[in-house]
Amino acid sequence: MRQGLTRALGGVAIVALAAGLAACNKSSSGGSGNAAEGKNCGYEIAYLGALTGPSANLGVNIEQGAELAVEQYNKKNGANCIVIKKFDSQGSADVAPGLARQLVADKKILGVVGLPFSGESQAANPILNDAQIPNITPSATNPVLSTKGWKYFHRAVANDSAQGPAAGAYIKNVLKAEKAFVVDDQSAYGAGLADQVKATLGSAVVDSDKVGGEGKQTDFSATVTKVVASGATALFYGGYYQNAGVFRKQLTAAGWKGVLVAGDGVNDKGYIEAAGKDAAEGTILTCPCAPASKAKGSFVTDYKTRWKVDAGTYSDVAYDAANIFLEGISKGNTTPEKLNDYLKSVNYTGVANTYKFTDTGELDPTQIVVWAFKVNNGEVVPDQAAPKA
Amino acid sequence: MTTTADTPSKPQKAAPPQGKRGGGLRGRLDNLPTPARWALIVLVLAVAYLLPYAGDVPIIGPQVVTQGIDWPTALFNISYYVLLALGLNVVVGFAGLLDLGYVGFYAVGAYTVALLASGDSSFGTKWVWLATIPVAIAIAMLSGLILGWPTLRLRGDYLAIVTLGFAEIIRITADNTPHFLRGDQGFAGIPHPPGKHADGTPIFGVRDATPYFWLGVTVIIIVVLALRNLERSRVGRSWLAIREDEEAAEVMGVRTIKYKLWAFAIGACVGGLGGVLFAGENGFVNSAMFQLQLSILVLAAVVMGGSGNMAGAILGGALISYIPDRLRGTKILGTDAYEYRYLIFGVIIILIMIFRPQGLIPSRRRALELKDRAKEVAPQ
Amino acid sequence: MHFSNLFHQFGELTVTGLAQGAIIALFALGYTLVYGVLRLINFAHSEVFTVGAFTAVIVWGGFGLNQDSPTPGLGGFVGYLLIGLVAAMAASAVTALVIELVAYRPLRRRNAPPLAFLITAIGASIAISEFVGVLTHRNNKGVPRLIKQEEVFPFLDGKVTDLQIFIVVVALVMMVGLDLFINRTRLGRGIRAVSQNPDSAALMGVNKNRVISLVFLLGGLMAGVAAIMYLLKIGNVRYDNGLYLGVEAFAAAVLGGIGNLRGALLGGIVLGLFENYVAGLFATNWHSVGAFVLLVALLMFRPTGLLGESLGRARA
Repeated sequence: MRQGLTRALGGVAIVALAAGLAACNKSSSGGSGNAAEGKNCGYEIAYLGALTGPSANLGVNIEQGAELAVEQYNKKNGANCIVIKKFDSQGSADVAPGLARQLVADKKILGVVGLPFSGESQAANPILNDAQIPNITPSATNPVLSTKGWKYFHRAVANDSAQGPAAGAYIKNVLKAEKAFVVDDQSAYGAGLADQVKATLGSAVVDSDKVGGEGKQTDFSATVTKVVASGATALFYGGYYQNAGVFRKQLTAAGWKGVLVAGDGVNDKGYIEAAGKDAAEGTILTCPCAPASKAKGSFVTDYKTRWKVDAGTYSDVAYDAANIFLEGISKGNTTPEKLNDYLKSVNYTGVANTYKFTDTGELDPTQIVVWAFKVNNGEVVPDQAAPKA
Repeated sequence: MTTTADTPSKPQKAAPPQGKRGGGLRGRLDNLPTPARWALIVLVLAVAYLLPYAGDVPIIGPQVVTQGIDWPTALFNISYYVLLALGLNVVVGFAGLLDLGYVGFYAVGAYTVALLASGDSSFGTKWVWLATIPVAIAIAMLSGLILGWPTLRLRGDYLAIVTLGFAEIIRITADNTPHFLRGDQGFAGIPHPPGKHADGTPIFGVRDATPYFWLGVTVIIIVVLALRNLERSRVGRSWLAIREDEEAAEVMGVRTIKYKLWAFAIGACVGGLGGVLFAGENGFVNSAMFQLQLSILVLAAVVMGGSGNMAGAILGGALISYIPDRLRGTKILGTDAYEYRYLIFGVIIILIMIFRPQGLIPSRRRALELKDRAKEVAPQ
Repeated sequence: MHFSNLFHQFGELTVTGLAQGAIIALFALGYTLVYGVLRLINFAHSEVFTVGAFTAVIVWGGFGLNQDSPTPGLGGFVGYLLIGLVAAMAASAVTALVIELVAYRPLRRRNAPPLAFLITAIGASIAISEFVGVLTHRNNKGVPRLIKQEEVFPFLDGKVTDLQIFIVVVALVMMVGLDLFINRTRLGRGIRAVSQNPDSAALMGVNKNRVISLVFLLGGLMAGVAAIMYLLKIGNVRYDNGLYLGVEAFAAAVLGGIGNLRGALLGGIVLGLFENYVAGLFATNWHSVGAFVLLVALLMFRPTGLLGESLGRARA
């Protein structure tokens, strides 16, 4: 009898929980369309990408950059003038399509900032393209994406074929390393970049290794052993910042004194936090972006004030991408189609770069700059424009 | 385990009368006359096919549909999770073999489609989706046999870790072979299922997932019918015998090796079918989709639903996919639940198992077995 | 294939593999202890480890230590280490007990089928790791460098550092201590009794629930020690580290013979070494494939692991 009673109670509890959840969500749909009266208000832009999951941080950086841009715009144009909608893909290519379909069903959404990763882009971009909604990715750098004939796809950064050779040239010409070691984390991004670096360095690559992706591997002792044994003075790491930091810390702990060179995926405060200041010191980070300058304005401080954390990798590009959309909307391009046409001819100077897009949605080659940054006393400071390969 | 059944059994505390027909909703269902049962089945199926339009139902509809993710896509996701749960139920529920690496077969199915049909494949065959199905199923079954053969001697938890390892080997191999299985880079442009509307647009497009869900439901119905026949055949009875007591089954002349392999192969076949369906809808497959967590979730689905019972597996599979999706875009105490959805999900799993240890829809046969076993190993 | 790599780095790979294996072994004890008594995979054990690791980092932070703090002297090392150990062991033990109370005990009371336990454990594992992930923003947390990792003596082509010696010694001490506890004390006898035959043990007046709690407590304590060793060696911790390390630890427990304490040690060491050799021979990303292939191959010939299963040693 007692069992029957608890069981019944349990059933009631589960049902109540479900009902509670259901009751709680009423506010989420509906929306506040006619909020602000200013012109060209009442539209939305979307962020589509990871907010949770193993590589959430990169996505959060991007989302916060875009959200900051929208908030600043709304300060000038009235509260809730433009609403940013967030779609959390967990960075996963099997989740992204469902979100993209949900996104395109929302007719107020005029443009999409995202998707951050190349894999999910491959899965979700066909849907955005079919629905004719323009997107600007601030960080998916796989060169393949612009070859699919997607008319609504734009990339606000240089793809890997610009950055990889520059990083390789830096190792060869600036560091003058005769022995270099190349490691990648097998992500589409990391492996692609590492291959470019290998091609540029040629015979200077003494050995290479592949390690597990973000969070999947934390003990790099076997790789560290190989690096130390190889006598390399420079190491290129293709991957993201969390594992790069863990890896660098273990390299230093094992007594390896060479220079770690990595791409923009490592260009994040989190790298220095994971590695510790001492181990991170001297790391070279390449980025297809110009260094902080007057043009950056108050972005860095604004971001810190708003989010209580430092701007991370691509926060600035995402901020720019959102601003490009916002400028387009304020100029009266209030349908996705018009906004997409607007992107074709845009020439926008933002905090990270000046943006012009080619026919395939790539950043105009003349706009591509690759800079090398250096970790100096726990801060990422500009070093020099990376030499052309 | 070795204690015999005639150990003086303590009087059991009143367990609910699950074994017999009668009492409760299920009893009433069983006592319905045949035409009424058929009508009920048809009704359930009709509701299933109409689910994509659930949002249009007043009052209840908006509570049911997902807020943060496209509803038809969420339904499609449910459909392939249900398929996976049905397949794993064959291995775990019917034959009693603990498999923690079921996602491996799903991966084999999806990758076979990708290799044969995607333009990115080094095979360059570019088959249409339909043509890849028999090959994918055959290869998935083969992989089931390959996994099954070396693990025949293993029991319980040893089997669990080996199957888990099998799935990890497939995922890591996919991760590590940038040219053959293309790792994280993945296969893009996998063709969708065939068919065109009258106006020339494809039925299975990219924007609307509803046709994929209907396809999924259809496949589920076929699989359920096939498994139901299998369960009631010689094969099914052998599985049951193995599950209850492998040694006794062997002594009684059940060829345990043969039927264990059958279980793996059939389970793998259904899992592979799930992969085929998924590849056809998603159009893109990469190694990040076949994580260990997926195997664990599907196992949770089977047990939560009621191990050994197909209705349970269907319910469990649906819940495991639906709950996290439903929690997207839901507000709890003013904050968006998306960040906490797996946290909540974990808690829900614990609650369900504590209050329904036999699963939501327990298998009657299994309940009897467990009652039997409880007598053998006295509690406390 | 890089035979020259394996050959020239054999010593170094061996030493680092041993240290890694020792950590895995400590972690594996939790799986083996619980399995020995309850015959179930405590899937949530990975989160016992995670909670311990984060607690230690937070407590160190309370003492003003962060990833950039200078390495303390020997006195500081011992002091901070003890503080960290106490914090991690306490947090891990409490987590393990809570899991037992919330996820397992109610099921035992209801006579649930064995698989139900696995699923609640999975639920607990998801819930705890997500909880930690939300709290830590899913970021790596850097660990203070308590020890410099200096060479003590050379070994073949490589070197042995003080940290590596320390990890292996601590692991061995814990193992021996645990082994003595199980085999020589009254409480240990209770554990062995329940693991050999729960019903007879209950009839003989052993409080089964208390034994089970004790087993979870012991597993938690070991996981706490493993967490500290892990922090010292790896230097970072993230909310999902426990899951992946947990799979390796579980594999190690099975490899050695689950339910067998010495088997866990042997399994951990063999796994650590083998993974490192595979990483040296091919590439690091193949290391877990190597581990699983080894596991399958071994289980084909010894279906109950290297040393066979038995916590109470008298199981047929």
